[in-house]
Order: sequence, then C-alpha cells, then structure tokens
Amino acid sequence: MDLLERMRSPWGESVLVHISWDLFWASLVGGLLFLLAHGGYMLFSQHRKREPAEVDRLEAERKGLPARITRHGFVARVFHWVQAFAMLTLLITAFFPIVGVRFAWVQWHWMAGILLTASILFHIVHATFFLDFWSIWVGPKDIPELKTEVLREMGREDVPGPRPGKYPLGNRLYHLAVVVAGLAVIATGILMMARVRNTLIERNPYWLSDPAWGLTYVLHGLAGVGFVGLVIAHIYFALRPEKLWITKAMIFGTISRREYLEYHDPDRWVAERKSDVV
Amino acid sequence: MPPIRDAMPAFELFQPGSVSDALGILDRHGADAWVMAGGMDTFDWLKDRIKKPRVVVDLGMVNELRGIKDAGGGLEIGAMTTLTTVANNPLVKERFPMLAEAALIVASPQIRNQGTAGGNVSQDARCWYYRAGWPCYRAGGNICYADTPTAVNREHAIFNADRCVAVNPSDTAPALVALDASFVIKNGSSERVVPAEEFFIGPGIDIERLTVLRPGDLLTAIRLPATWAGKAHYFEKVRDRMVWDFALVNIAASINASGSTIADSRMVVNGVSATPYRLTAVEDAIRGKARDKATADMAAEIAVRGAVPLRHNAYKIPLVKALVKRAIRGEAEWTS
Repeated sequence: MDLLERMRSPWGESVLVHISWDLFWASLVGGLLFLLAHGGYMLFSQHRKREPAEVDRLEAERKGLPARITRHGFVARVFHWVQAFAMLTLLITAFFPIVGVRFAWVQWHWMAGILLTASILFHIVHATFFLDFWSIWVGPKDIPELKTEVLREMGREDVPGPRPGKYPLGNRLYHLAVVVAGLAVIATGILMMARVRNTLIERNPYWLSDPAWGLTYVLHGLAGVGFVGLVIAHIYFALRPEKLWITKAMIFGTISRREYLEYHDPDRWVAERKSDVV
Repeated sequence: MPPIRDAMPAFELFQPGSVSDALGILDRHGADAWVMAGGMDTFDWLKDRIKKPRVVVDLGMVNELRGIKDAGGGLEIGAMTTLTTVANNPLVKERFPMLAEAALIVASPQIRNQGTAGGNVSQDARCWYYRAGWPCYRAGGNICYADTPTAVNREHAIFNADRCVAVNPSDTAPALVALDASFVIKNGSSERVVPAEEFFIGPGIDIERLTVLRPGDLLTAIRLPATWAGKAHYFEKVRDRMVWDFALVNIAASINASGSTIADSRMVVNGVSATPYRLTAVEDAIRGKARDKATADMAAEIAVRGAVPLRHNAYKIPLVKALVKRAIRGEAEWTS
C-alpha cells in the first residue's frame, strides 16, 4: 500500500500529488476499531467519578452552589455546533465521492471550509478574551492527573479518582489533536482555494512550485483523514452513557450541582453562575 | 505532445465473439481491462504509452453489437455499428437526419469506417495536456494545466468547468441528447438503461471520467425513441478545418413546430463543457414562440448565460449565440 501518490511532472520530476485514499479507509477502520476496543475496555474500567459518600460530603460543604452550573455558555455552544456542522459537511463532501457517492462537491467543500475557518477565528478571539483560555490546554500541571488515571486504569483502586478541572485530560488531549489537524487543514485549504474557481480568491496555480503544491495537498489530505478518526471518536464519546451529561451540557449549557461535584475538582474549576458566562 | 511511438506497451489481448464472453472477461479483469471498440481513441492512448492497461478487450468480433433495427418507430443502434453505417442508413436518414449528419462529419472517411457509434460517445477528453500524460486533475493529479494564465485553451470549456476545463469531443453525443436517446449498459448479468443526458458526467461529479461507464460495464446499444422522429432537426459543427477536425462548438436541435410556432424542443451544444450542454433555459423560453428572428435573438442571449471564458476561448460565446440563432431559424446549410 502506497501512503502517498506521486506523478511525473511535465519536466520529468517525480512530485507528490496527494495522499493515497487507502489512508481514508485506514482512518475509518482505525476509528471503528477504537470504538470496539474502548467499548469493551470500558466494561471493565474503573468509574472516574467520586464515590457517592464523598459527593454527599462535598454537597454538604458547598451549600452555596447553584442547582444548575453553567458548563458551556450560549456563544460557546453556538460555536461548537457551527463548527460541527462545518466539519461534517467537509467530511461528507470530501469523502463521500471517494466511497462512490458522486455529486458536485467542490463548491460545498470550500464554502464549508470558509465557515469552519471563520468559526475557528471567532473561537480563538472568544476563548482568549472571554473564556478561561488555559483550561483546555495540556501542560506539566496535568502530570499528576495523568499518573492517577493510569494507575486507576491499571487496577489500583486505592488511588483516588482523578480530579479534573473544567475539562478532563482526555478532553484536552483531544482538543490538542483537533487544533493541530484543524490548523493544518485550514492553512492548506486556504492555499488550495487558489486552485479552484471561487468568489473569494483568484485562481493562481503558480503561487507555489509543484513540489510545494504536492506537499500542501498531502498535508490537507493527512489532516482530513485524521479528522475521520477524530470525529468518529468524538461522536462515540458524546454518545457513551457515562458521558451523556457532557453532551447535554453542550446542548443546554448546564450540568447539575451533583454532576459538577462528581466529576470535577471544585478547586480547579470554580463553578460559574449563568450570568458570569458568555 | 510527445511523439507517437509505434510500439505499444504489452498487454493481454482478448477478442470475444459474443457479448456474454465479453462481459465475462470484463468481470474477471475489472479495472485492469480496457474496452476497445473501433480503436480510434484507444490506439492514441496506447501508442503514446500514457495508458498501460494489462488487458485489452477488442469488441471487433462481437457481431451482435453491430446493426441498426427498427424499434417501434424509433431505432436501436448496436454500439459497434460504424459511423459510416449510421450516416448512410436509410432509417436513420429518414427518421433522425440530424444523427446521420452528425455521424457524417465525424473526422475523416477512414476514421468513420473504423470508428463506432459506441466509441464516439465513450471517447475520452481531447485536452492535449491530459492526452500528453501530464499529471492533471483528470489524470489523478492536482492541477489543470489548461486553466492557467499562460495555457493554450482555445478549445476548452466555457460552461460548468470544475477544476478541469476539458470538453466532450463527440459529434454524435449532442445529437443523441437532443433526440432523447438512451444507452443500454450491461455489467455481468445486469442491464441498465441510462438516458443520454445522464450518460455523460462532468468533472464536478467525477473528474477522471466523461461517462458513467465503470469497470465491467459494456455499452451495447443506443436506443432512439420515436418521440423526435420526423420532427425538425438541426445540426451544425464549427471546426477549424473542414476536412478533419474536432468541433470547436457544435449544436444539435430537435424542434417540434406547429406551423411557425415552437411547441417543444431539445437543444444541445457540445465542445463547450465536459458534457453535452443542454440549453434547457432556451427550450423553456422558446416554447410557444414563433420560429423567427426575435425568438432567435432572445434565445441566443439566454444560451450564453453563465458562460465563463478562459484566456483564449471567449470567441465561443458569440459562436454559441450564432449557432442557437441559426438552429432556431433553421436557416443554415448543412456544414458538410
């Protein structure tokens, strides 16, 4: 199986043209296998929430907490669903033709790409100035949480459950992967706009040399097939029974006081009242 | 263009004697098999060594694919019927003179003697960048060499370009769409009948094919319904050289007129996009109108809406307008 496809340019050079579409199938199958493996593993995995007695104690200690705690403000939720719509449109328009569902996809693809780009730019501004910017990033401070999670997954029930801030470690690692793939796909996608007719960027196939164009297409393709696996995993986790409270929060915005105390460290994520959240 | 080499790449040659044998071979070899009708498209590809199929299935011995027969007032034309036979057939000339005319002005007499009805509609794009084996979109690459600021694109598309700007080169294809023909395609034990208009596909749908034919498919016949038999037909081909050339633009029109009023029509131009380009807006606009200069002028303006010329082919816009006017008025002489 060739991972990348090369062709001979008019000048006789061997140049990259794009990834092999076998990688799409690899990402799709890999994503589905992950679901099976994780689903099976979760049957035997430790619960990650606090014990009921501990939650009862915390509730008693923190009587001032509101009954509903805002996890995602309205603007953040709108961004998430706009981004989801754009991403699903991009994946459908990119890969349905490859699996045999033929339609004129290019125009829908670049328009969805523009929507994604605009929503990401908005998100960067919003997250930087109106949200707790660092709450989603991974860093050295997360090593204790990682260590705890690993030990518990290895069967050490004596280790106390993880105490994540607003976002669990897995969530933040996922965000990091999406940032890398997303920035790659957007940067290359904007360049590729110069290769198709559109109303925003004038066609100019001479912006880059043939090898540079090839690399652009390859990076776009790699990020694209990467998103196939990432989106499968994201939807899977959103639908898992023990994660539904997070999914509901992405729809309705809030979680209950008990969910807040069961799954989070109140000292790392200080609950915000609805009026505090944009 | 690279020089044509006399020695073709090695391949395994099959010469089946029946449709069922041909289908069996195609089924066995799938995407490795190349279907050859008259060879007029095939030999260019093979001698240029741009296409290197492992298996070639020559349909020359399949006699059941040849011939023209009556079909309830319409006709059924075997896919391997030569263009000369189509052009000279009395039934075609009587019922569908436009198709006879289109077949008669394909290339040269030698090519028409060898080229087939099925091959003419199934032939690949003639864009020289593509035919030269450059890594363009149509060849699986990521660029259209014909759609660059310095490209030689006088013969390329003005409508519906989607990354690739190659055009459909067939003369009989627009006539068949204008006559509402359908194409019989077999694959294994299954058969499907595809309207001519849906047989051709543009780069937006599939940038590497001009037709719906997939590995294993065999175009066996072209069916012409009686609907447009005996109605007013018009075909005109404009080309650089009158003796032997692909169309710059050609037009095919079937017009059902009641007196001087147009009751209904089908109008198709080719050489302007990757598929025969049906002028449905024109058809709607001229329905119920007199077949006169005013209608023709109005239709000509509608016909070119949405045209996007490349650097060297803006001349196709007035050319399409002129052809539409002439088709509606039915005034031009045949071009052959």
